[in-house]
Amino acid sequence: MFKIIEKTPLNPTVTKMVIEAPFVAKKAEPGQFIIFRAKEDSERVPLTIADYDREKGTVTIIYQIVGGSTMELDSFVEGECLHDFVGPLGVPSKTEGLKKVAVIGGGVGSAIAYPIAKKLHSLGCEVHTIAGFRNKDLVILEDEFKKVSHRLEIMTDDGSAGKKGLVTNALEELINGGNNYDEVIAIGPLVMMKFVSQLTKKYNIKTTVSMNPIMIDGTGMCGGCRLTVGGEVKFACVDGPDFDGHLVDFDEAMARSSMYKDFEARKREESCNLLKKGEANNG
Amino acid sequence: MAEKNLSLKKVEMPSQAPEVRNKNFDEVALGYTAEMAIEEAKRCFNCPTKPCRSACPVMIDIPAFIQKVAQGEFAEAYKILKQSTALPAVCGRVCPQENQCEGKCVRAIKGESVAIGRLERFVADWYRKNINQTPSRPTSNNHKVAIIGAGPSGLTAAGELAKLGYDVTVYEALHLAGGVLVYGIPEFRLPKQIVADEIENLKSMGVKIETNMVIGKVLTIDDLFDMGNEAVYIASGAGLPRFMGIPGESLKGVYSANEYLTRINLMKAYQSNSKTPIKKSRNVAVVGGGNVAMDAARSAKRLGAENVYIVYRRGMEELPARKEEVEHAIEEGIVFKTLTNPVEVFGDENGMVAGMRCVQMELGEADESGRRRPITKPDSEFVLDVDTMIMSIGTSPNPLIRSTTPGLETNSRGCIVTDGIDGLTSREGVYAGGDAVTGAATVILAMGAGKAAAAAINKYILNKSAEQIAKD
Repeated sequence: MFKIIEKTPLNPTVTKMVIEAPFVAKKAEPGQFIIFRAKEDSERVPLTIADYDREKGTVTIIYQIVGGSTMELDSFVEGECLHDFVGPLGVPSKTEGLKKVAVIGGGVGSAIAYPIAKKLHSLGCEVHTIAGFRNKDLVILEDEFKKVSHRLEIMTDDGSAGKKGLVTNALEELINGGNNYDEVIAIGPLVMMKFVSQLTKKYNIKTTVSMNPIMIDGTGMCGGCRLTVGGEVKFACVDGPDFDGHLVDFDEAMARSSMYKDFEARKREESCNLLKKGEANNG
Repeated sequence: MAEKNLSLKKVEMPSQAPEVRNKNFDEVALGYTAEMAIEEAKRCFNCPTKPCRSACPVMIDIPAFIQKVAQGEFAEAYKILKQSTALPAVCGRVCPQENQCEGKCVRAIKGESVAIGRLERFVADWYRKNINQTPSRPTSNNHKVAIIGAGPSGLTAAGELAKLGYDVTVYEALHLAGGVLVYGIPEFRLPKQIVADEIENLKSMGVKIETNMVIGKVLTIDDLFDMGNEAVYIASGAGLPRFMGIPGESLKGVYSANEYLTRINLMKAYQSNSKTPIKKSRNVAVVGGGNVAMDAARSAKRLGAENVYIVYRRGMEELPARKEEVEHAIEEGIVFKTLTNPVEVFGDENGMVAGMRCVQMELGEADESGRRRPITKPDSEFVLDVDTMIMSIGTSPNPLIRSTTPGLETNSRGCIVTDGIDGLTSREGVYAGGDAVTGAATVILAMGAGKAAAAAINKYILNKSAEQIAKD
């Protein structure tokens, strides 16, 4: 059992949890992920590691409520335990030897971009962070990013925080402003990573994206997380989750990620109703 | 001595009617009663050559246990089984007996072989129901061994080593121990309670099982040695599913058999309250002809599919699946499209599978595997109307351990290289067996490898200790 040490809402739909998982904390690296099961009968859900503390033996996850399983996770409070928590899975992000990098986070993807920015910064790399959100209420980790970025651009769709526009607008501006990046690292919704990759291809800048497809075991057994990368079948759980953004077939990945959309919507509604019932009973 | 039963046919084993069972996930075969078991056991001639025994990968003394059944001494029969196999209730259900013990039975020269598998199953089930004595914990010998993977091979090795007094820890990547017995083989062929009971027995013998531990990631093999283990047995199983490389395999509705079965068995997607989804299919094609393909097809039928096809490029004779599984599948309404090979999957406007283009095959000369090579018939293309395709054409080994274990030799296919049947790898003290070495094979072969490796590990540690004492 894996105890929840801390639970902090970051915005109305995104929450940070610090989990006691000493074995995972000991080996975790930025870019890797864990799989949790909230209860004995729960689904296995992959989440990228947002932070870790080897001494305290804790791993931080940041999640957005999207379906029944994340809603169930969100019903847990500090001091309670998750039934299963396995990791660190996947290949760590490559951060060695980079001199200047643009790190791009989109929405809750910023939670995963943060540990990479932090690691690059600690290695002496010049980090330019671009974090995009729908509006100012959804901005997360701004202070944390400030500490590990030489430059930080917050972008919102409506301009209610930072600049109005997409992360690709900010990136193009920075590139045109004379910034030569060794690499662009983009983590966020598939469509964002697709357009970042299209842009950087034009400028011929190496681009790494972090893929988060549907997964079950996460250990190289089920094959559900397969992607087409450079015309070859790759498995996000053991070959990734980081891949060359210029080679990923994003359209296929987007189609595959919608496989259980209806089921998820239904489960989310069921969980909502259950919670409401619970609240009514408690009240 | 009791009289012999000269019937040329096996005593029938009762089972659920096909049109009933293809709508539920309860066990298909219901097992012998004590009377049926005794009657069938009397068909064994207890012949002096015992060809059945030498055809068993774990060398069960088959005639001896069958004689005990014939005498109604079921507890004694169980003791004989347990000397050789850690999981008799499992083997009785899933072994390909027709290629092993039963294939060599002298009764099969004229008529049917003795139903060795059914008798093994009967004895194990009878014991579970009537005695079910928890095994006691053997005296410790103060030596620690780590086992990677709680599937049939790892569990067998754990049982063998625990009997000898070893302090055994089994590391399992998933949240539940059992390996393919829990994620792969469906409930209707192997009830999960049987696996859970066998694992409880191992625990009462002192075996520790650590779930959620992906070796190669959370701990390396070198870490396991640093933790005081004197030997490591790698039984990490088969690994990543293979695909054909034809267009359309990334469409929604194309599953690997591993994924399809894991959703159903491990994650219980067949239960209406499961939190793990699975597609509700109408027409399903399962590509492949092994046991896994049969399991996937029969599961799809049970989930409500109207038409389920086995698409296999060779003929009925060449199907690698266990004979009983093929027979059960046919009875349950699975349609066999043999000598057929898919060449393309195509989708609808939403990216869901809408059909499969196939070609017909014919068998040519024998290839290196000794089986006749399938060749495409010219102008034989046709479309199979399916909305789901399940690929069951094998696996390639999991890369997690080989990529994190310096000095561990693997072959060009990624399988761990071992020296002979003992399972010793290129690293001292590291043994390997089961699908991680052979590629996808059977439960019983994996168990045989676990048993051999346990013996080799015991010998290795004893020798090492003796050398140490001599030095001191």
